Amino acid sequence: MNLPRKLRERFGKSDRGTQEPAWVKWLLISISMLFAVVFLFLPLINVFAQAFSKGLGAYWHALSDPDTRSAIRLTLIVAAVSVPLNVVFGIAASWLIAKFEFRGKSLLLTFIDLPFSVSPVVSGLMLVLLFGMNGLLGPWLQAHDIKIVFAVPGLVLATIFVTFPFVARELIPIMQAIGSEQEQAALTLGATGWQTFIHVTLPSVKWGLVYGVILCNARAMGEFGAVSVVSGHITGQTDTLPLRIDKLYHEFDPAAPFAVATLLAALALVTLGVKTFLEWKAEREEKQGQQATVHPGAVDPFSNYRR
Amino acid sequence: MPKDKKHNPLPGFGLTLGFTLFYLSVIVLIPIAALCIKVFGLSWHDFWELATNRRAMAAYKLSLGASFIAALANAVFGSLLAWVLVRYRFPGRRLIDGMIDFPFALPTAVAGLTLANLLSKNGWLGKYLVPHGIEGVSTPLGVVIALTFVGMPFAVRTLQPVLENFDKGVEEAAASLGASRMRTFIQIIIPTLLPATITGFALAFARALGEYGSIVFISGNLPFQTEIAPSLIVMRLENYDYTGAMALAVVLMIFSFVLLAVINILENWASRFAKP
Repeated sequence: MNLPRKLRERFGKSDRGTQEPAWVKWLLISISMLFAVVFLFLPLINVFAQAFSKGLGAYWHALSDPDTRSAIRLTLIVAAVSVPLNVVFGIAASWLIAKFEFRGKSLLLTFIDLPFSVSPVVSGLMLVLLFGMNGLLGPWLQAHDIKIVFAVPGLVLATIFVTFPFVARELIPIMQAIGSEQEQAALTLGATGWQTFIHVTLPSVKWGLVYGVILCNARAMGEFGAVSVVSGHITGQTDTLPLRIDKLYHEFDPAAPFAVATLLAALALVTLGVKTFLEWKAEREEKQGQQATVHPGAVDPFSNYRR
Repeated sequence: MPKDKKHNPLPGFGLTLGFTLFYLSVIVLIPIAALCIKVFGLSWHDFWELATNRRAMAAYKLSLGASFIAALANAVFGSLLAWVLVRYRFPGRRLIDGMIDFPFALPTAVAGLTLANLLSKNGWLGKYLVPHGIEGVSTPLGVVIALTFVGMPFAVRTLQPVLENFDKGVEEAAASLGASRMRTFIQIIIPTLLPATITGFALAFARALGEYGSIVFISGNLPFQTEIAPSLIVMRLENYDYTGAMALAVVLMIFSFVLLAVINILENWASRFAKP
């Protein structure tokens, strides 16, 4: 720069106008760090500290309790059923919405979002009103000896309901951004529809799919309100891990619920790790000018594809 | 119907449409319809009585009030966090940025459990707070704290992209025209960020209204004092009072749909600001 020396001395190095004074900057950083430590890190560390407060032996003892074991198994089963079903739905819905124009599309999108705006407790209640003893289908189910509410199928249905939008809302914007020229080329070259889908579409959305799956899975394994209403709380039979925590909380050993909670806290950390990795990857690819493979923002349940 | 089927040779319209509608109906629409059918079976008088009795009103009041305060706290601290994370470079920034989504990833039951423990009189925070009369367990304050925890990612993550895309040239222009930093901040920056902040507030508010898992551990569910609306629904269900639970559920759903509409309007407004 060729500013006159006097001017440069006065203005050249200063960003007084666009930069806060250093003390303001560090004050703001300190306040927000304090907030982050108290609200983010302390609760996390506390889970592990309380879980191990009685030693490793007690921790292991709490986890090897047969009822806790059965809760772990049930949580895995529920997630193993509901996540793949939502993946199939997510793929079908995103293909439909991204590749075709049809009337009622925005209404369909609104319906897909609906479970996000219903309180989990209310979604559980809906299933009770449909499948419960006094529910609409109750008499018929009873006559055929089918148990849904207060049994595993109810837990699965409630979990599917609350995790319903995750995969779809992740895939839709990605598929919309990619467009369908590649698929059309493959079809012109003689590939069948399924071949096109498996060899062309799936590879291009795979990271977005992984992103949707881990968020869906985290919520599926951690859901409390909806499953709490439909579970019936039969120890050893219909208690998932979060419900098991609730039950142990009301028992005598204060460390036991925290021991179980460490499993879910670890799941949350793994989820965050994978999520951060995928976002980092997407950012790097975007910088290299490629099509983004992940569409972050699933945290914000309303703004993904409306913009 | 595809509008131009001739130019869209992609297969699978019928299959994906059929499956999407089938799955959507079975999982979402039929259960919602079940609630509606059951509620329409009630007389208006009964519904009104169940939805507005004293205990229910106290629960709405707490739910709305605590959610509002929590969303306000999120708007303030969330904006501060977003600002600090986007504008400043300091050690630990990436770690904290990654951890912002922690309340979203952590199962609510675990959040409630650990917050209740932290605020109890022997907990790491309660140890210092309880002697000063700040009780977090079984008080409305505890409800607010838990709701602030679950709503935080919404406020931060709504504002962050807006701040990242914010054109610094505007600030430089203001500064070069002689505005002090304070004046630039109040007259330029705050008005630009306001729509996103309000959207974040509304999202956190919507999330807090339906929240259940993190509250039950900390609130103690005392009727008229710390009982939120979702807790009262569960309470009525446990007493086999299905009609009572239904009435509350409908009111709660109306609250969330109104909020959803407001959020949509806000987002349209915000995106108008984002692209001048």
